[in-house]
Amino acid sequence: MSTSETKSNGSARVGVYVCHCGKNIAGKVDVKAVAEFAKGLPNVVLSREYKFMCSDPGQELIQKDIKEHQLNRIVVASCSPLMHEVTFRRATAAGGLNPFYFQMANIREHVSWVTFDEGMATKKAKALMGGAVRRVVLHEALEKQRVAVHPDVMVVGGGISGIHAALTLADAGKKVYLVEREPTIGGHMAMFDKTFPTLDCAACILTPKMSLVRTHKNITLWTYSEVAKVDGFVGNFKVQVRRKPRFVSEELCVGCNLCVEACAFKEPKFPDEFNLGLSKRKPVYMSFPQATPSVVQIDPETCLHFRTGKCKQPCKSACERGAIDFEQKEKIVEVEVGSIILATGFKVFDAKRLVQYGYGKYPNVYTSLEVERVVNASGPTAGEVVLKDGKKPKSVGIIHCVGSRDERNNKYCSRVCCMYSLKLAHLVKERTGAEIYNFYIDMRTPGKGYEEFYDKLLEERVHFIRGRAAEVTDWTMTREEEGKLVIRAEDTLVGEVRRIPVDMVILSVGLEARADADEVRRMFNISCSHEGWFLERHPKLAPVSTFTDGIFLAGACQGPKDIPDCVAQAGAAASESMALADRGHVELEPNTAFITDELCCGCKTCIPMCPYSAISFNAEKKHAEVNAALCKGCGTCVAACPSGAAQQHLFTDQQIYDEIEGLMSYV
Amino acid sequence: MKYLYFPGCSLSSTGRAYGESILAVFRALGLSFAEIDDWNCCGATSYMSVDERKAVALASRNLALAEEQGGAGPDGEVQVIAPCAACYLVLNKAQHLMDESPDLARTIKGALAQAQLSYTGRVKVRHPLDVFVNDVGLKALGEKARRPLKGMKVACYYGCQIVRPYATFDDQHNPTTMEQILKALGAEVVDWPLKTRCCGGTLTGTIEDVGLRLNYILLREAKRRKADLIATACPLCQFNLECNQDKISDQNKENVAIPVAYFTQLMGLAMGIPDRELGLQRSFVPVRVAAA
Repeated sequence: MSTSETKSNGSARVGVYVCHCGKNIAGKVDVKAVAEFAKGLPNVVLSREYKFMCSDPGQELIQKDIKEHQLNRIVVASCSPLMHEVTFRRATAAGGLNPFYFQMANIREHVSWVTFDEGMATKKAKALMGGAVRRVVLHEALEKQRVAVHPDVMVVGGGISGIHAALTLADAGKKVYLVEREPTIGGHMAMFDKTFPTLDCAACILTPKMSLVRTHKNITLWTYSEVAKVDGFVGNFKVQVRRKPRFVSEELCVGCNLCVEACAFKEPKFPDEFNLGLSKRKPVYMSFPQATPSVVQIDPETCLHFRTGKCKQPCKSACERGAIDFEQKEKIVEVEVGSIILATGFKVFDAKRLVQYGYGKYPNVYTSLEVERVVNASGPTAGEVVLKDGKKPKSVGIIHCVGSRDERNNKYCSRVCCMYSLKLAHLVKERTGAEIYNFYIDMRTPGKGYEEFYDKLLEERVHFIRGRAAEVTDWTMTREEEGKLVIRAEDTLVGEVRRIPVDMVILSVGLEARADADEVRRMFNISCSHEGWFLERHPKLAPVSTFTDGIFLAGACQGPKDIPDCVAQAGAAASESMALADRGHVELEPNTAFITDELCCGCKTCIPMCPYSAISFNAEKKHAEVNAALCKGCGTCVAACPSGAAQQHLFTDQQIYDEIEGLMSYV
Repeated sequence: MKYLYFPGCSLSSTGRAYGESILAVFRALGLSFAEIDDWNCCGATSYMSVDERKAVALASRNLALAEEQGGAGPDGEVQVIAPCAACYLVLNKAQHLMDESPDLARTIKGALAQAQLSYTGRVKVRHPLDVFVNDVGLKALGEKARRPLKGMKVACYYGCQIVRPYATFDDQHNPTTMEQILKALGAEVVDWPLKTRCCGGTLTGTIEDVGLRLNYILLREAKRRKADLIATACPLCQFNLECNQDKISDQNKENVAIPVAYFTQLMGLAMGIPDRELGLQRSFVPVRVAAA
């Protein structure tokens, strides 16, 4: 640090730099006039304008001037601090000053881009400059705090995104806790038969990764578990996980299914969740043959023992390993991790919300996810595409955009439906020879090999009718419509309303944020977009980060995504976690709040106000204390404190008042 | 709560039976109501298509009169019952258009001021289906059923205007309030997915082929689904469906004869109100046969 540092106004030597930003600023603001104006401000030693302050020569200019002119405060009037504050702080530090002896005046986003009149723009730029110069004089030297990062990582959600992130981290030697709500990992992908556009079998590419998760020495897999509580901050999270009882010991069960055969219910009787209710299961069951872990679970809602207490427990007697444990209780485990990857996935749109399509009313109207199970060899019909009455459909209608691109439901495109509709069209045609009619608004097939897949389907003579279907109904007008479902749609290419009679309707339901996304968001202290998807820090440049450091996003919890995109994002999230762990520490912004002990009366007003739970009460000293590692510098406590004991670095009352005065006196 | 009643032109002409039966049912239920004094044309569908501004002006005069005459509830709202589907839609639409366009609202309010009237937006336009289900309640209705409609199979028909575009009290694609009411009064309802499909509207008078074909589809499907009668909530739907049956039967060589009653007439029957008070003698296709 330079010896020319100063804290008193008298010896402040301010250097001012006005950036042209090409034409971005100079096209509207008279930068020469602003620089000239700054020369007349108190404490300003030199003032320059330059084409691109963020360029290397621009930064070097600051460094050189600091040395040559003994500057001890720097003001740059350019873009938003979100863009280049870091750049100029670094340049200030490279010149030998504390980086916080710097202030930025935003004359681009706040002035040149939003002001019509050039005179007004220049005037406003001068006022902002006046405020910045007044304030920077009061800046103090601040140090960034360093906090160690715990090397372990938690991944929440065991779909393809969570699995891929966990494996990537584990392969790099990181210890990973993978938490999954359902009894098995695999997520939605495990329900699919084939994947587009290559038509490779979903299970064939997913299950090897699932079993790797199970056997990997660096992965602790907790299925049938949920995160209950998250404390701490980047590098140092404390997470409580609720492990729900499955009434079977995971250590002892080998998945032989003898208990399932022995169950008091001789026939499966209860809707099977994994097959979306299209088949039945027993109270003791395994979700699907490749479930991971390969462990059964007992559903207390349907189990005779739990319901009546009168079951002879044949499952228990059948288990040679003594794995059945009716006394199993819920457990809470707590672990420490440095970062958390959220990969909690999506839910499909509830087709019942669009009553005009008759889902739930007509038995042969299916959702696309149900058809994924129907075409799957381990599904309810062992892969045979048959209707509820056991007959093969001769004609099938696929209605796209169910719940997507719709003003009244979800405005957004769900991105995967066009492609999975094509895939289902291919599979259903392959297995039944049925005539297939796709009702689409636009075909959206951007992606490697996707358009080619669409072409292939056209060659397979699948029909495409451009128009959103109006309704699925059973009222008929002609003999050939008798006994069929009729899809009515405006064919916008022909310019006519068409009635297409079919045996089976597939509703291509869109993707939605999970029902409890808002609770999860609160628990992890991140944000949601208004549709409910978890919000990334920046849509282009920080797509897997969140506004909470150390919490990353992977997969469809951030927005609708297909498998390749989920995997890519999971890899990105894993590498963010890895970068954090390998760096070993984080630097925290010093613009945090602090309590002046002598002024604090211990009223505790600030404590519940803090959105980050960063303030606690020291009962011994009887005053509040701010944990600087948790504080995000929002200033809420500072505003709330009745005695002025809560203050904030870089935003002290005096700094703010001086900035306002500086601003107002030149308006 | 006191309601203001807006009959509109149909209920004193082609739709008299609707007006008579609805008032009889109101009395039987002990609802307190008063007809809006000096009401005028609602603005109607046709006027709305020719000159929207003038149509809104007509509608808003009625709304302004309602505000002036209506004993507002504790929430300041004036409840106006508009049984005719077209009146219901136009009054609603006028409110929406004025809410959406401050310019239009200013013009209309200026015009109202010339007639010493004002409209502040306190009117809530209600359909009787809404009032019966949500204000009176199905339980209370059921208790009034002195002669439940046992064994009567009804196809409930809403037409387009009650639920589109403003589905304020029922589902846009599959409304069910009429079914709920008639079931509460003992009737059976048939599954009839055409209940919001077009009756032909004024096309029966202008492009007859198209209009009659639309009616044919409705009548045929109601018969195929074994309905004894069709219940409607719109004077124009009732007129279209009932008055062209001979012609439609001839043209299609298929007997489509089926009684078409206002749902309020069926409510009245269930409540034991005499036929004449329900305007049942006005039907071309006797309703009594189905009700017997």
